[in-house]
Amino acid sequence: MNTFDYIYLVPLIPLLMFLFLGFTAKRIKEPISGYLGTAGLLAVFILSYYTAYRYFFVDGIVDGKFQQIRVMVKEGWIHFTDKLAIDIGIIIDPISVMMLVVVSTVSLMVHIYSLGYMHKDTGFSRFYAYLSLFTFSMLGLVLASNLFLIYIFWELVGVSSYLLIGFYFEKPSAVSASKKAFIVTRFADMFFLIGILMVGYFGQSFDFMTLNSDSTISMINSWIQNHQIFSFLGLSIFTYALIFVFIGGMGKSAMFPLHIWLPDAMEGPTPVSALIHAATMVVAGVYLVARLFPLYYHIEGGAALRFVAIVGTFSALFAAIIALTQEDIKRVLAFSTMSQIGYMMMALGVSGFDEHEGLGYMAGMFHLFTHAMFKALLFLVAGAVIHAVHSNFMDKMGGLHKHMPISSWTFLIAALAISGIPPFAGFFSKDEILTAAFEYNKVIWFVGFLVAGMTAFYMFRLYFRIFHHKNTEYEHPPHEAPWNMSFALIFLAVMTMAVGFISFSEYVSADLKPFHSHIHWGDPLVIGSILIALTGIGAAYLMYYKQTEYPAKVASGFGKVYHWTKNKFYMDELYLFVTHKIIFDKISKPIAWFDRNVIDGFMNLLGVTTENLSERIKFIQSGRLQDYAMYFVSGVVAIVMIIIYFR
Amino acid sequence: MDILTLFIVVPVLTVIVLLFVNKLEKARLIALAGMIIQLIMSINLINEYMKARAAGDHAIMLFERNVPWYSDFNANYHIGVDGVSVLMILLTTLIVIAGIFVSWKIDYMPKEFFISLIVLASGVYGFFISLDLFTMFVFYEIAVIPMYLLIGIWGSGPREYAAMKLTLMLMGASALLLVSLFGIYYYSGTNGMEPTFDLMELANRKMDFAAQKIFYPLAFIGFGTIGALFPFHTWSPDGHASAPTAVSMLHAGVLMKLGGYGIFRFIMFLMPEGALFWQDFFLILAVTGVTYGAMAAIQQTDLKYINAYSSVSHLGLVLFALLMINKTAWNGAMLQSLSHGFITALFFALIGMIYGRTHVRDITKMTGMMRIVPFLGVAYVIAALANLGLPGFSGFVAEMNIFMGGFLNNDLYKQAMTVFAVSSIVVTAVYMLRLVGRMLYGPVTTVYTNLPKAFWYEKVAIGILVLFITLIGTLPFWWLQFIQESVDNFIKPLVH
Repeated sequence: MNTFDYIYLVPLIPLLMFLFLGFTAKRIKEPISGYLGTAGLLAVFILSYYTAYRYFFVDGIVDGKFQQIRVMVKEGWIHFTDKLAIDIGIIIDPISVMMLVVVSTVSLMVHIYSLGYMHKDTGFSRFYAYLSLFTFSMLGLVLASNLFLIYIFWELVGVSSYLLIGFYFEKPSAVSASKKAFIVTRFADMFFLIGILMVGYFGQSFDFMTLNSDSTISMINSWIQNHQIFSFLGLSIFTYALIFVFIGGMGKSAMFPLHIWLPDAMEGPTPVSALIHAATMVVAGVYLVARLFPLYYHIEGGAALRFVAIVGTFSALFAAIIALTQEDIKRVLAFSTMSQIGYMMMALGVSGFDEHEGLGYMAGMFHLFTHAMFKALLFLVAGAVIHAVHSNFMDKMGGLHKHMPISSWTFLIAALAISGIPPFAGFFSKDEILTAAFEYNKVIWFVGFLVAGMTAFYMFRLYFRIFHHKNTEYEHPPHEAPWNMSFALIFLAVMTMAVGFISFSEYVSADLKPFHSHIHWGDPLVIGSILIALTGIGAAYLMYYKQTEYPAKVASGFGKVYHWTKNKFYMDELYLFVTHKIIFDKISKPIAWFDRNVIDGFMNLLGVTTENLSERIKFIQSGRLQDYAMYFVSGVVAIVMIIIYFR
Repeated sequence: MDILTLFIVVPVLTVIVLLFVNKLEKARLIALAGMIIQLIMSINLINEYMKARAAGDHAIMLFERNVPWYSDFNANYHIGVDGVSVLMILLTTLIVIAGIFVSWKIDYMPKEFFISLIVLASGVYGFFISLDLFTMFVFYEIAVIPMYLLIGIWGSGPREYAAMKLTLMLMGASALLLVSLFGIYYYSGTNGMEPTFDLMELANRKMDFAAQKIFYPLAFIGFGTIGALFPFHTWSPDGHASAPTAVSMLHAGVLMKLGGYGIFRFIMFLMPEGALFWQDFFLILAVTGVTYGAMAAIQQTDLKYINAYSSVSHLGLVLFALLMINKTAWNGAMLQSLSHGFITALFFALIGMIYGRTHVRDITKMTGMMRIVPFLGVAYVIAALANLGLPGFSGFVAEMNIFMGGFLNNDLYKQAMTVFAVSSIVVTAVYMLRLVGRMLYGPVTTVYTNLPKAFWYEKVAIGILVLFITLIGTLPFWWLQFIQESVDNFIKPLVH
């Protein structure tokens, strides 16, 4: 028996809730369905925090090392071969328990918040059913003990995301956004699946504990050294397998160039954006790399990990640049999310493995944790604002500070946190990332440093333009959000202020051994990153606190560059061109034509020719039995002769 | 009478009773009653089967019975079942039942319709229990011929053309198959032994390699045609488009499975060297079918055409898996046969229900159906998600076995082919979500606002199919236990 045997309840409760709400969506109306969903999540929340307490403080650590505990629910759900199987099992280790806390906290807050936000929506019950489905899938994803099992939940979070983005399914833009999100991530999942097949083929297991074990790693590395594994362009196929798995992560985590679905995903209800597209699902890619970190780090000298670092760094910069110019507040936050996830990927990419070397890994996970809190908060405030103003666009807002003080203050806290101002949570995690990057590569550090400044700028541009800037006249004076929405905001704001003080490295580390790391306040790196954040905030203050001419001047000063960033570097247009003009028009259409005209045409021609032929030889059908007998006998003789000939 | 022969006797009795009624109300009840008996027997068969296996009976085939039938030809009525055929019988029964519920209100010549449907079904049952090539072929033809009447009389659109085309192409394929069967028969008698059609007996005699090389491709194309092997698939889009709903369900759900089943049970088993010789060639056709069918589906706007091309793609995976020749892939092939049977039957049922209301099958002419007929809308979304391989539904578990099996071949060519086949999961998502987005979502088309909601018998039909799609998807190990031992026996001649 095992202390954590109850753990299967954690994903099970939301699953049952989904089935129940799904089947009764017609009969159980608002607000009962909302209360039910929230009650279920509260149970999950309590179980998760209890698990975290048990794991981190009581049972988890043995001989100075955190244990990986596997709780098997169903062994051999599918047996591919004797060794390769999809087992339904739960893994309990520092990162899965940490994710449990993240998912249950944000999900509970979103459940509570939505009681107010979705009030009087016709799809209220359906919304809670979908939220439960998503929470089930996400919890399953973080707890999965098996690479194939993670893929299963990976697809399920994808479909929950699809259903929730397209929640307002009568709105064509929401429908096409949901379709786009699903198809782009599916495209990435194709690589993920191929990667899984390759990893399974070489690693002879799908189980994380076996795959990450020293014996598997040294076995594969020795194959690579002895050229027993096919290699291509100087890298072994196994490294490509890891890169393919990472491409799956790039799709879900909206890394360049697979990020194009994330901004459009903002068509979904805002609580959904907070839960799925800010705090939980989009960090699945980061979690995946962390899950397989020993493989990424050790195989072929970490070649795949370098790819992770480059993609992460570039995405962080790329998204931050676009975020500078967007007008839709949710889209600013979406690009900000992409940029921050780039940070996390960068942190993993630059990380070492043992003890202090593994600072990047720890920092990436830490940033995932803190980011989930403050980014969910930012989205929920944005939702409250949109709820009050009935618009997503900044120029319809302004001066909301006096109308919505709670929203304003909580937003300010989150904005300070993401900008990296101490003592808010983001400062600690971001600083660790930059420290790790500095030790690894100065260019990557510099990009990260620059992005920190941009982040502070666009976030405060957002803050000032929503809550100060000008005194907009509103048709309906905006109100502060109802108590349930405000509760979620305040709770997350408290978390944002508190979680930075957790000494994270004592719980989460690449080699599972706790180590001690602390901020050196006098370090030029620390001072530098605070200064650049302050510079960003200062610039935003000058340009946006009051209405000024600077924004227009700066925009025209950048000219073409400004237009490129405003249009997101025309990535959407590029994708449209490739899918519609090339794949649909140049591949799919000719195939459909070929099938209808050439292949089918040939069959029809065969039919017509036969008919003509039979016109000519129909005299054979004389109706006389002896004729038929004659034909039959000669036919049989012919067949027999052919057979004997070929023998 | 043995429990297998009853599977043919009960449909025949049902047909006889049907001859004496005229009213729709009675005809459908009799048809349903007959099939419910079949269902009970199917479940009982599974139960008996599991008992026998648990009691340690490891014979390849259970409940065998061998009665001389046409002794001049040495053709016997030899029947027996193993794990795969037991599941196929269950699939057939469930789909016929769902088909009867879907045809609950058929108004034109109901009696004759149900008779043809059940005659067709009896052929299918016979096919699945046959262990004699000659008997098998007879049942196969019994299953194919009523199709001509069912499409020609109860179909829609250019139904005579479609019926003719379908029947002629399948008959042409049967001719190739027949030639091949005679070849097998003839070559079984070369060492002074009496030639035979008996599957188990033939398995012990080694067929001449040169003959295998000639007869294997004929038989593969013969069975492949009904299994939508590229480029012999073109009967399927037109045939399905014109066929009435229940016939489409039965045809795509069960009859098209006869192809993969026949290749698995008879062709590869009896001509293993031929199979290995032609493996790479047919693999190219199968992979082409998988990607080509999916790509062609993107361009279609008619619901039935979308589904027909989707079937080309998904049944291409069955053939693809069989050609991979390893246990994992073959498990996947059989699972995919079942899975596709339920999913595609669900699609055709839903298409029939929607067409019955709007009289349109063009997805560009309907929007917002989700608001108008929510039950059908939700079911359509489920079918679409199952079809694109969402975990929790049957398509996923089948496809994962297929892809994993393909990749386990220690051969770069086959692994590359697998990668091609995997790409179909993206294209499938494209055409399924496009369909869902166009037809179900978006603003409501006003002319359709007053359409009736789903009726109880429609809900029953959908419920049965969705239930089994999820049962396979969530409990694959239960289904795989039947498939595995059957695959283990039948793959033996091919792997050493």
